[in-house]
Amino acid sequence: MQPQKLTVSSALHDLPRVIDFVRQCCRAAGLSEDAGFACELAADEACSNIMEHAYSGRSDGVIHVACWVTETSFMLRFRDYGRAFDPAHVQKPILDADLTDRPVGKLGMHIMRTLMDDVCYEFDAAEGNTLTMSKTTSVWSTPD
Amino acid sequence: MPDFSIDTQSLKRCTLITLQGRIDSSKAPVLEARLKELMAEGAYRFVIDMSQVDFASSAFLRVLISTSKAARRFNRGDIYLAGVQPRIREVLDLAGLLPLFKLFDTQTEAVGNW
Repeated sequence: MQPQKLTVSSALHDLPRVIDFVRQCCRAAGLSEDAGFACELAADEACSNIMEHAYSGRSDGVIHVACWVTETSFMLRFRDYGRAFDPAHVQKPILDADLTDRPVGKLGMHIMRTLMDDVCYEFDAAEGNTLTMSKTTSVWSTPD
Repeated sequence: MPDFSIDTQSLKRCTLITLQGRIDSSKAPVLEARLKELMAEGAYRFVIDMSQVDFASSAFLRVLISTSKAARRFNRGDIYLAGVQPRIREVLDLAGLLPLFKLFDTQTEAVGNW
């Protein structure tokens, strides 16, 4: 699969376009259904975090999405120019508390870290925020 | 399958909500608003039929948590989940939510348990 790119606005209504794009890339790359589902879900979490936190709900921001494959992995990259956001500083969610004591948030980052094999965040004043995730797979099905 | 739809039916013992499609982070607020509307009308006992949902993000999980907290207050209700597909079940599991919700294979079973 050749590297694929998509640019969307930071408006929440653009989110389904990003997930559709990632789904099509996963299929083109021959990723299994389960691995594709994981990438779509991670893409939703990453993109909604950018929209909500990096751009604080503004709709005039820009998000660049790129997908490509290496010999062993499906790669997914998000770039934005919003507020710097380091996932490493996000506290782990409490997963064993009773519902009454269960915080409502912090699940998105946990889902990304659990479903993807690597989640890497970089900030550069000129390049903005870059979040790169990889899904390693030894099984590539026949691409569409 | 449509992008996302919510069908609501008031039954004798509970409110049946049938969801269809993909609940990504842009659709979860629509569901949250509908559930808040129903609670404002006095409905707190819910069955959510998930059998036609093949994608759900953490935004949906947040809706489940916040709505369940409100519904369970004063022991007035709860949310039962029906027909949850395996991948969505895995998402619930990795968020540690499986022990906190009653899951049923079918909506008939879930409704019957109210």
